[in-house]
Amino acid sequence: MNAVVDPPAAAPKLAGLRIWWTMLAISIEERLVYRGDFALGTLMRFLPIVTQVFLWTAVFSATSRGDIAGYDRNDIVAYYLLTMLSRAFSSMPGLATGIARSIRDGSIKKFLVQPVNYVSFLLASRVAHKLVYYAVAAAPFAAVFFLCRSFFPPLPEASTVVAFLVSLLLSFLLGFFLETTLGMLGFWFLEVSSLVFGYMLVQYLLSGHMFPIDMLAGIPSGIPGTSLADVVAWLPFQYTAYFPAAVWLGKVEGAELTRLLLVEAAWVVVMFFACRIAWKRGTRRYSGFGG
Amino acid sequence: MPRYLAIFGTFARACLVRDLTFRANFILECLTSLGWMSMNLAFYLLVFTFTPEIGRGTGWTKEPFFAFVATGMIINSIVQALFMPSAEELTEMVRSGGLDGVLVKPLDAQFLLSMHRVDFSALANGIVGIVLLGWAVSRFDIPPPLIAWAIYPLLLLCGVAILYAMVIMLAAATIQMGRNQSLYDFWFYLTNFSRYPAEIYSGPWGGPLRAICTFVIPILLVVNVPARVIAQPLAGATWWAVAGTVLAALAAVIISRWVFQRSLARYRSASS
Repeated sequence: MNAVVDPPAAAPKLAGLRIWWTMLAISIEERLVYRGDFALGTLMRFLPIVTQVFLWTAVFSATSRGDIAGYDRNDIVAYYLLTMLSRAFSSMPGLATGIARSIRDGSIKKFLVQPVNYVSFLLASRVAHKLVYYAVAAAPFAAVFFLCRSFFPPLPEASTVVAFLVSLLLSFLLGFFLETTLGMLGFWFLEVSSLVFGYMLVQYLLSGHMFPIDMLAGIPSGIPGTSLADVVAWLPFQYTAYFPAAVWLGKVEGAELTRLLLVEAAWVVVMFFACRIAWKRGTRRYSGFGG
Repeated sequence: MPRYLAIFGTFARACLVRDLTFRANFILECLTSLGWMSMNLAFYLLVFTFTPEIGRGTGWTKEPFFAFVATGMIINSIVQALFMPSAEELTEMVRSGGLDGVLVKPLDAQFLLSMHRVDFSALANGIVGIVLLGWAVSRFDIPPPLIAWAIYPLLLLCGVAILYAMVIMLAAATIQMGRNQSLYDFWFYLTNFSRYPAEIYSGPWGGPLRAICTFVIPILLVVNVPARVIAQPLAGATWWAVAGTVLAALAAVIISRWVFQRSLARYRSASS
């Protein structure tokens, strides 16, 4: 690097500085170009919500009820927008498949000899990844939320906002440990893409990404006395999309809110240990194949 | 034309052989698309536990709506099977210069670029779509008249043609720009608008959206018109929609071909 950048000996020091500055400017500009594409992509991700909003508006126009499972039309719009926000925290694109790939091609070996904990490394890089994402996605998110402000109920109390932020942070950790554990299954199966797909399917349906979980309350699960919503409440998935949105909209309050936050934290702990166990057991049976 | 059919047959056979070589993978891919589809169906079933109809007075009650969904599944599975795998490869071909190899072959470039790969696993959804259509239609109060069945396949074809034209337009854009991953995402998000009955787009925002998606980018004709012909009474307005769809399909294919040829003429080899 130095050999290329170093100014000729005769040139004043200022020239070197200028070259360095140009390189910085170029890389910032490069980031900016990429950012436009990225921001546009983020905006487009809201498009399916547009159809969803029209669909629910049509549903409400045809039914005599004012609300469905406690959600009126505005609540539903706000709900979908809020799940976009919780997904921005909990979704981990490429994490599980990336881990499985590094197991398969052998690049995971370096973490076995380096004094660096693999999971901590993954967590740090995911945090960085998310921070860049928020920096870029903040503007489109803010624009959409501002345009849609009339769908939202009045700002909740400070305590609710705090609980909402805590639920988002926990959903980031939960999503991270869920996907990391899934990726670690690569020690046993090598190819996890079908497992990841199954996970995505279950996640999409049961996390509340598709519709508020409350809508399942009237549907029997086959176990006497329990609805499908009860069954979903036993699983960790709802904390990755539904729960933060429900908190903001005031669907969970008081003691129930505290209880569910504790359950969410408990799921994070459970998945943290599951991930550790998978790493311990997995590296023990790992035979170091690949390059 | 017979020559092209024979060549397409060869392509299809090669892809089928390849798919059946990795049989477990093929079955897994079928299950994948079936999985997404059944999840959507579950969602619609859930919606119909809360409402008798999608939009008041639109006639899209449960069975007609499922006939609509089935129509969408059939059309999309054909597009996914025939055109999407090739179109997805195009981006890479433009970047790597593999497109040059295609251009020197003594075949029509558009044909070769849009149809050289066939994804048979995508047809699984279409088969389920046909079954679903049969189930829904058998529960109609008034069965569709014979004439509806006669023009239904033609309208399916028009739907496929409109979507194909859109793929070709995006392919042309790819050739011009060199790289446009988000344009393919755009295709996905745009077709998203065709998933529901056009009647849901109403009001101050929905009206203009519906007009744009009908007359500018005729995405709302793709599923809506065939589904309407089969699931709703054949009134005067529907006949206009049928005529409009046939015209739109013809126009879309001709315009997209023109745009594609133009972008090929401007193409300067990428690398190699």
